[in-house]
Amino acid sequence: MTAPLATPKKKNPVQRTRLATLPPGARSRSALGLTRAAAEGRFELQVCADCATVQYPPREVCGHCLSEQLDWQTVDNHGELIATTTLRHSNDLYFRERLPWRVGTVKMAAGPVVVAHVHEDCAASGTVRLTLKLDRSGQAVLHALPEQDTPNMNDAAQLRESTCDPKHRRVLVTDGKSAMGIAVARAMLDAGAAAVFLGDPTPWKTVAAYDTLIEDERVQPVDLDVTDTDSVDRLAASIGGKVDLLVNTASYLRGNPGEGGILGRKDVILARDAMEVNVLGLMRLAQAFGPGMRFRAADGTNHAVAWVNILSIHALAPLPARGAWSASMAAALSAALTLRAELAGTGVRVVNIFPGPIDEEWEQLTPPPKLSPAAVAKAIIHALKDGVEDVYVGDIAEEIRARLRENHKAVERELGQ
Amino acid sequence: MTQPVLAQFMTELLSGRLKLVDLTQTLAPEFPTIVLPPEFGQAWPFRVEEISRYDERGPAWYWNNFSMSEHTGTHFDAPIHWVTGKDQPNNAVDSIPVDNFIAAACVINTSAESADNPDFLLTIDYVTRWEEQHGRIPERAWVLMRTDWSKRATPKDYLNMAEDGAHSPGPDAEVVPWLIRERNVHGFGTESIGTDAGQAHHLNPPYPCHYYMHGNNRYGLQCLTNLDQLPPQGAVIFAAPLKIRNGSGSPLRVLALAPSA
Repeated sequence: MTAPLATPKKKNPVQRTRLATLPPGARSRSALGLTRAAAEGRFELQVCADCATVQYPPREVCGHCLSEQLDWQTVDNHGELIATTTLRHSNDLYFRERLPWRVGTVKMAAGPVVVAHVHEDCAASGTVRLTLKLDRSGQAVLHALPEQDTPNMNDAAQLRESTCDPKHRRVLVTDGKSAMGIAVARAMLDAGAAAVFLGDPTPWKTVAAYDTLIEDERVQPVDLDVTDTDSVDRLAASIGGKVDLLVNTASYLRGNPGEGGILGRKDVILARDAMEVNVLGLMRLAQAFGPGMRFRAADGTNHAVAWVNILSIHALAPLPARGAWSASMAAALSAALTLRAELAGTGVRVVNIFPGPIDEEWEQLTPPPKLSPAAVAKAIIHALKDGVEDVYVGDIAEEIRARLRENHKAVERELGQ
Repeated sequence: MTQPVLAQFMTELLSGRLKLVDLTQTLAPEFPTIVLPPEFGQAWPFRVEEISRYDERGPAWYWNNFSMSEHTGTHFDAPIHWVTGKDQPNNAVDSIPVDNFIAAACVINTSAESADNPDFLLTIDYVTRWEEQHGRIPERAWVLMRTDWSKRATPKDYLNMAEDGAHSPGPDAEVVPWLIRERNVHGFGTESIGTDAGQAHHLNPPYPCHYYMHGNNRYGLQCLTNLDQLPPQGAVIFAAPLKIRNGSGSPLRVLALAPSA
């Protein structure tokens, strides 16, 4: 059984920081279908529309009947572990540093025989669950897990290579005075974070929940206003080498629905303020904290691992009643995808959260369902533990996401009403 | 005649018998800006982005872009800032006659009272008692209310925000029209975030200093510092706002000339 992850020792300051190496990242375009599924935590393989054969590895035509009609579908992820071995040698730089490494062959109930990374708690034979997870290259890989969860299974070194578990990690929550920031900080502490740096953009403002949180010895209050380049730079100069996980909770939403479009106002000040926080704030944080995190992407068991952006489902489909804010969310998503591309070669994962409306003061007149900040925080923890990178939180977000695939023009017309 | 007076002035200044006092706060991102209820438009705080610093963005030069509102940092309020002053002649920073940028100043020290009571209000009675000691306020002079508020160490202490809003000293609703009517003052200046008290929205009229001063084409200065280095009477203030077209106010460098102690 997996031993619980020991509290990481303090870093030896005279030892060179090991740089990150990455597992092989090249994939065929067909194989990126696995990555799409893994990014959202689904288990999908191609299924032939003509003969129903489940395909693995991904391909252009059916391996059984040569049909080109291969659809990505959720399939049964169970299988029998038929052979397993532990690698003790590899010429690949990434695996070489992580030996021994257990792999095995699984005969899936759905048909294919696959090679997978095998969890240390799996018996030498028997039923296993297969999951698709992103590796440090950001590509999908198969992990075989025990049929039932085992204690501390997330602490297994091989599995941690695909996840971003907050356990023992140090987390920067950029705006700790918002309801979202407070919920995220609490969730991180509950998930075993070693430390939370709790950003304070408004030192003049008293927020009781913030004051309560900073009484916890694991929480360190820090001044941070993402609209102030100097403030961001100063904090990065101070703690940039200790941030293993960054959750950007700094967010700007103002105005009541109807006042937030484009024609509903005479000025672009709200739009500009939204861009200043939601877009430029993200860029300032990236420029200040990105280099340190990139450098520390293999720095011990609590290495820098993930950057979380809390966006909105309206980054994908604007809500005209909040048009200026929606534009800032779309811009933030674009910036986040650029950051993901820039960090892709380093092993630091960019996780984007797309919630529906959140139950907060500026959504007072928005009818339910609305998400509590705690529900979003919970979704973030799950995303980090499960190793996914795109998370649609709540019924509204999931529905808009599904309908965008189905008919994006319908979404456009209906949100415009 | 002009030349000898100015030559004499320079002699006094260079000899140190006259001193220049900087009444200006440093413009920095962390310096607080007035906070209105969040449903209202908000003034931008001071923000700065480096254009280049002897680097690949500009190898031999250092410069910055900055942004802020007209009412950020140590700043000047023009009459057009308030609705009562909207129809006054020459009421914007670009149209105010330049003669108005130099004026004498009376400094009324309320620092002890303000230390005891952050909601301290300056009254007619307080001013007349000050006049008994320091002489009558001359015509067209700034009245500067010294509270030592500029010495408050943190933005939190400076804004002094509670659940019912900011708490900082200022003038009461009677003394402002009295200063205009009876003393024909030039304007009113404070060390805190505005010329009015933190709780001035509860006075009648709300924000009496803005209401009356700008309604009578007078001016405001706020976020001043170093008022403790000025004599009660005898200082001259140089306060010229930026020439912003139709501007309602402007950050500025406020300099005081005063006899060395």
